[in-house]
Amino acid sequence: MIKILKYSFFDLIRSRWSYFYFAFYLMLGFVLLFLNNDISKAIITMMNVIIILGPLIGIVFGIMYYYNSIEFTELLLAQPIKRSSIFLGQFLGLALSLSFSLVVGLGIPFGLYGLMMSGEIFNFLVLLWVGFSLTLIFSGIAFYIALSNQNKIKGFGLAILFWLFMAVIYDGIFLLMLIWFKEYPLENFALISSMANPIDLSRIMILLKLDISALMGYTGAVFQKFFGTDLGFFASLGILFMWMVLPLLLIVNKAKRKDF
Amino acid sequence: MIKIEKLNKKFGKLEVLKNLDLSINKGSINAILGPNGSGKTTLIKSMLGMVLPDSGTISIDGKTIKNDWQYRDEIDYMPQIANFPPNLKVREIIAMLKDIRNREARDAELIKYFELTPYLNKQLRNLSGGTMQKVNIVLAFMFDNPLLILDEPTNGLDPVALLRLKELIEKEVKRGKTILFTTHIIRLVEDLAEDIVFILEGKIYFQGSVKELVNKQGASDLEHAIANIFRKNQVSDKA
Repeated sequence: MIKILKYSFFDLIRSRWSYFYFAFYLMLGFVLLFLNNDISKAIITMMNVIIILGPLIGIVFGIMYYYNSIEFTELLLAQPIKRSSIFLGQFLGLALSLSFSLVVGLGIPFGLYGLMMSGEIFNFLVLLWVGFSLTLIFSGIAFYIALSNQNKIKGFGLAILFWLFMAVIYDGIFLLMLIWFKEYPLENFALISSMANPIDLSRIMILLKLDISALMGYTGAVFQKFFGTDLGFFASLGILFMWMVLPLLLIVNKAKRKDF
Repeated sequence: MIKIEKLNKKFGKLEVLKNLDLSINKGSINAILGPNGSGKTTLIKSMLGMVLPDSGTISIDGKTIKNDWQYRDEIDYMPQIANFPPNLKVREIIAMLKDIRNREARDAELIKYFELTPYLNKQLRNLSGGTMQKVNIVLAFMFDNPLLILDEPTNGLDPVALLRLKELIEKEVKRGKTILFTTHIIRLVEDLAEDIVFILEGKIYFQGSVKELVNKQGASDLEHAIANIFRKNQVSDKA
């Protein structure tokens, strides 16, 4: 698996899209920091970008990479390696190369700005971790969708739909539910539904870490009330971790039974 | 060498392989022929473990291949479409496969044979179709395994490379390798194959030498013999 991972990573890291993605974060980081002059605010803005863009890029690249490398995957399938190693290797190579763009792209401007000197270093690390988790989760789900659909258009459509649902529609439905059922106690519902969406969960996690109750919204407040700030942070971290394992299991399971 | 018994495979409602039986002798060179959609690729992919059959057994050298992956260490495979990671260099893709198999290979000899040296440091996305196919050949032949499976090996090759490939295949046969290849080019079959495996609608329609097939069809040459089979099959389809 490590061998496949290595070569996938080296292939992808040299692709034009990786440079582009890297340059985007680099620029955004510089612009935000030197216009804002406030690391904490820059982190919050960055969070809003990452929790939407990270999943989108993960989904799109995951789908494209899988469909583009089908023929090469077939060659790999004819080699003496286990199927699960091939797909996990390719998927992790992709997720790591995207995360690499993100971490280095943001790391440079924040580092130059004097992040190490400030007390914000841990908040920044949480931001990077969230970016990494979301990239892994969504590129993994994209891989799973691609594995399950021979038809590229259908796979692409489903993946984009999944992103749209998690990033936009989910919040809308959630809000509608809160309004419709406002006469009922909704804490548990809010708690569970925010755990069921990694994007929401990431947002809550960062806000809990930054301890900004003004931005937390209803779910964040419920989370804080239920777990307390520190436990809430670790609970969200743990659930996010479970979200990261899920695509791995799905991919292995699907790859085992698929015909190529 | 290869023994296939009662192999069945359905894709949805489509029955691609129907109780297919086949045995391939060690050291023989076999052309797998058949119209499009007859099940050639599915058969090859079943041997490689890429397609998982619904029922039936495939054994190679007496060992059944089900739920196994190590047996592929003894097989070289050349896929029909050469499409490699675009940003890797030719040198790196060769290194990658050697790394995966964890084995020494005769890549240097083959690179020289197909005159690929000037391309070694080029990224794969910058290669022409023909050069890509040569890389594909090097990757398939470099491990020198006793069983070679080639899917449309002549795709996109220029006449010089085509001649070299034919010579290479002939040399490998003389060294006692078992070779299976699919093709639509009758010339290649006449030049190379000792035996023909003709698949029609998921079953072996004919297995034997080129001469036997020509005689059986009462045709003047292989091209006509194959055309006859195609034609008869279409008629029976309509009836």
